[in-house]
Amino acid sequence: MYRYDEFDATFVSERVVQFRDQVERRVKGELSEEQFRPLRLMNGLYLQLHAYMLRVAVPYGTLNSRQMHKLAFIADKFDRGYGHFTTRQNIQYNWPKLPDVPAILDNLAEVEMHAIQTSGNCIRNVTADQWSGVAADEVEDPRPYAELMRQWSSLHPEFSFLPRKFKIAVTGDEADRAVIAYHDIGLRLKKNSAGDIGFEIFVGGGMGRTPMIAARVREWLPKSELLGYLEAVMRVYNLNGRRDNKYKARIKILVHELGAEEFTRQVEEEYARLDVPQGLPSDQELERIAAYFAPPAYEDLAENDADHTQHLVDNKEFAEWVERNVAPHKVTGYAIVNISLKPVGGVPGDATSGQMRAIADLAQKMSLDEIRVTHEQNLVLPNVRKHDLFAVWQELKEHKLADANLGLATDIISCPGLDYCGLATARSIPISQDISNRLGDIKRQRDIGDLKIKISGCINACGHHHAGHIGILGLEKRGVEYYQITLGGSGDENAAVGQIIGPGFSSETVTDAVETIVDTYVDLRQNGETFLEAYRRVGAEPFKEAVYATH
Amino acid sequence: MPLIRDGKIVEDSWVLLDDEAELPAKGDVILSLNRLKKDADTIQTRGGRTGVILENDVDEEDLAAYLPQIDLVALTFPAFTDGRAYSQARQLRTKLGFKGELRATGNVLADQATFLCRVGFDSFEVDNGQSIDVWNKALRSMSVAYQRGYDGEQATRDSNPSSQGKAQPTLA
Repeated sequence: MYRYDEFDATFVSERVVQFRDQVERRVKGELSEEQFRPLRLMNGLYLQLHAYMLRVAVPYGTLNSRQMHKLAFIADKFDRGYGHFTTRQNIQYNWPKLPDVPAILDNLAEVEMHAIQTSGNCIRNVTADQWSGVAADEVEDPRPYAELMRQWSSLHPEFSFLPRKFKIAVTGDEADRAVIAYHDIGLRLKKNSAGDIGFEIFVGGGMGRTPMIAARVREWLPKSELLGYLEAVMRVYNLNGRRDNKYKARIKILVHELGAEEFTRQVEEEYARLDVPQGLPSDQELERIAAYFAPPAYEDLAENDADHTQHLVDNKEFAEWVERNVAPHKVTGYAIVNISLKPVGGVPGDATSGQMRAIADLAQKMSLDEIRVTHEQNLVLPNVRKHDLFAVWQELKEHKLADANLGLATDIISCPGLDYCGLATARSIPISQDISNRLGDIKRQRDIGDLKIKISGCINACGHHHAGHIGILGLEKRGVEYYQITLGGSGDENAAVGQIIGPGFSSETVTDAVETIVDTYVDLRQNGETFLEAYRRVGAEPFKEAVYATH
Repeated sequence: MPLIRDGKIVEDSWVLLDDEAELPAKGDVILSLNRLKKDADTIQTRGGRTGVILENDVDEEDLAAYLPQIDLVALTFPAFTDGRAYSQARQLRTKLGFKGELRATGNVLADQATFLCRVGFDSFEVDNGQSIDVWNKALRSMSVAYQRGYDGEQATRDSNPSSQGKAQPTLA
């Protein structure tokens, strides 16, 4: 993975000094809260309901064991012993004190981490497919480009005071695990007809109150020209994006109001005008970055491991975990281990400092020192020898991290909601816990099969409810929380926006409604079709009938 | 409002001329774009330099025809969170090749000084109560920057020989 050289280290440490000074000036009253706000946001610091919240960047979701140990240390020393992994592959601390924040940033800088641009109206931390570099069917590893974009977007002189936040996601695979269609810019590495690899570029996706699927603006761009093209997109947005209404300020609205064709024309015109090579890194620099992502020292292994095969036969629980949570690796004899942070009835995405340490140690011993964070709020050990899977599972079990529910009904995405968030209109964590408890029986979950339930506690949609097969949106009317249900959303390569099925439900009845929907699916499914396949075949009607007849 | 140039508070020789006011025979004046268009011929014959102030929703291309006569362009920041003028500045410097003084006016913070300098601003009419010391400290706060092709003092990786062609750092 990427390692800081002197240049990166200087950048991050100077940034910490700068922010320490800003905090001091804020404490002394030399900066007003209004002036301080965008400055602290660009360093990942929010003011939440009860306290500050610090969001630490995990660039493209990649961590090593030393970094994970540091995250555990920070959770213990500066917070309440846990952290929350987010849908942007970051980690949030919910209880830091403002004067401690520069010290936290110092600690992060020691392990080549920071909180730069995890919030604010700037280019946010770039996200990527969590299986980058290891997925069996990948076209190319997108991480060198994600790192290039991390560098390019950090304190960008022109694009740091945008109309609104700006999110970029990248994948190197046809199967989209990075939700690129819902990003301001979505990038996919693909081969053109000549067999050359370049970027397919999508712009203007987003969730929030106006969910939109991104439009394709470029079918193929030479890889090396990426930053030039991004500059053109950003400039068209910075100059023309709406600033009169924060709800209409995202690039999706600009693309929508201009029309994708006109927006693309403006971008292409700007791009044609640019002195592209001037803004591009040298070949030498691209190679320098790419070298960090060269495959680690994999052993020459056989496809199958006899011990592993025996464990699969002997231990049904282990076999079921392997079936759900372990994915094929591009290197023979290795596997991708997905660690669920969704224990039945638990808080989605939370990990204690003890769990973080256990995962860090496992990564060091058995995953070539790598860990990934997923947008679905889970973790990944990307480089595990099949031979080691049983030992990894036992260790995970020891730390309550071996739930075999990846992609099942209890693998719920949930935003922090009204329990933490200053923007929330309703609680989301307790609803996700309630649903998780209700559907938690593993036999039942396995029978239901692939199902993505996503819950947001307000219209901003941090819980990705628009992309949920079953989406739940928490709202509030006259002091009472209620929950809207959408069906048919998807964040993968066949992305779709979920459709509202009808009137909302109270916090007491929403779990019943979800259960009814699930049971309706189980009754009407044919030939092993998944929930989403069944929904696409029959539409919303049978679900509506069932839900509104019984509630 | 104090004017900052080259890290110092300096006298401002420029006067912002009201659209209704008569064009003085001498002295440096800053005009609105409309006034500039209206008096484009007269301007050439008067003594003194001409500047123009652009609102941040104006396409800088509108100015292109007049740029040869212009010594100063002032861009506006109605709020320090409104970043349109960064792109206008960039376009003026690179697309239109403007070499004169580029002035940031309105609501800018010292904490934005490095961004402003790097997109090509070289003078700052600041109205935020922050001292010149805070401004200069902010300007020196970052010695390195990642983006290539932007002006400014910071070293970028490709312009900094010490960071080029370095041996691969070893894993810790």
